[in-house]
Amino acid sequence: MSATSTKLPPLLLLHPDDNILVARRDIAAGENVELDGESFVIPAAVELGHKLARRPLAANARVLKYGAPIGSMKVAVARGEHVHLHNLRSDYIPSTTRDGADGS
Amino acid sequence: MKGYLRSDGRKGIRNVVAVAYLVECAHHVSRLIVQKSGADDVHLIGFPGCYPNKYSLEMMERLCTHPNVGAVLLVSLGCEGFNREHLRKFIRASGRPVELLVIQQSGGTTRTLNAGLDVVKKMRAELATQSPVPMALNELVVGTVCGGSDGTSGITANPAVGRCFDWLIENHAACIFEETGELIGCERIMASRAITPELGREIEACVDKAANYYRIMGYGSFAPGNAEGGLTTLEEKSMGAYSKSGSSPISGLIKPGDLPPRGGLYLLDVVPDGEPRFGFPNISDNAEIVELIACGSHLILFTTGRGSVVGSAISPVIKICANPDTYERMADDMDVNAGRILQGAGLDEVGREIYELVQKVAGGELSKSEALGHQEFILTYKQFEPIGPACLPAA
Repeated sequence: MSATSTKLPPLLLLHPDDNILVARRDIAAGENVELDGESFVIPAAVELGHKLARRPLAANARVLKYGAPIGSMKVAVARGEHVHLHNLRSDYIPSTTRDGADGS
Repeated sequence: MKGYLRSDGRKGIRNVVAVAYLVECAHHVSRLIVQKSGADDVHLIGFPGCYPNKYSLEMMERLCTHPNVGAVLLVSLGCEGFNREHLRKFIRASGRPVELLVIQQSGGTTRTLNAGLDVVKKMRAELATQSPVPMALNELVVGTVCGGSDGTSGITANPAVGRCFDWLIENHAACIFEETGELIGCERIMASRAITPELGREIEACVDKAANYYRIMGYGSFAPGNAEGGLTTLEEKSMGAYSKSGSSPISGLIKPGDLPPRGGLYLLDVVPDGEPRFGFPNISDNAEIVELIACGSHLILFTTGRGSVVGSAISPVIKICANPDTYERMADDMDVNAGRILQGAGLDEVGREIYELVQKVAGGELSKSEALGHQEFILTYKQFEPIGPACLPAA
């Protein structure tokens, strides 16, 4: 990783309306990052390209990325929690994985 | 840039001999002809089915008369349903050298192979005498596709291609983006970019058609690797894919084999019409690439996060890697490292690199996949109705 990348904030806000942030690089559990201008300790490791909650999200809350809806929460999550197949579902067609589990 | 002028006025950035099998039973003989010709500019294409199909016949017409194709050798087994005489006449009418070998009449594998090698040798000698003429950006057609998307695709490579598309369209090139099944969730935003409200309604209707089709198939266009790379839902993947289209107005909605009538941005509807009949619309990325090429694409911008290696027959594929970690692992296959946007590079800077590379590859420079010999090709059964009058509004 280049020297400049370590100085860049590890969480990306893609659109001001978004309620999730995207990891710019792999982030370790316990790493102290900036979240909306405040210091925040990452509860569990999150990989490059994955999402975490910008603020607490209620069950059935619409998740916004790029300012556009990308699905609804299956369960409530806390701020900073990983948002993925285990807690977010498509509002169109369920996502499938190799073992047949789906994101519905 | 320079191109090979064809009788329909289009120009090709390559001058390949296409060897086309007309049923799977003629595939091996055709492949042997291509392999034993020992030439990189002899490409294998074909259709595997024995039953006739209007779509596949029209696709083969378009592919065999694509501006990058200079001559065609058709290889038939002999008993299949493909209308080989029609295709031969269609290619001949375009002014291209065309030959047809029928394996059952030629006397089997070895005799057809030897006859095919003779034909290809003569065709290549003839093509070598053709001189390219100057070619401008407004004569170029560029398609884009994504494959192996992940959470970085929509942030880096896809919007960088979008910038490149904006600049190409400013220079009156035609740009095509596609996979309406991978744009589910973007229908309203896309419709708002259409040059007429009627076209906007057509765009919304074609995404609805795609959503319905995929629901019946039982899967959306979402692979396990997409989830491993951080994408969770189909509409999330769609929003990322959509950014390849840039910010130009959408000038038209076309279907496989339709040629953009002029420069501008076009959406390609790849999802079949009517009741679902032949399975998944596009069973892999190359099925989408083949349809972009059938719409006249001279070259393809392929963005990938997880790391695809494919190229294509007929048209060069430029690989734009979205993910910096993937780039490090697979740099030999990647033409552009868009992942560096995550490490501080600008979207415009990477978009400009792609824009310049498009012109270099159009000018004859080999893309990475081309130099590695990637010439993947797949064509399957489909059915389409012609596009409606609102799909291509007058400029």
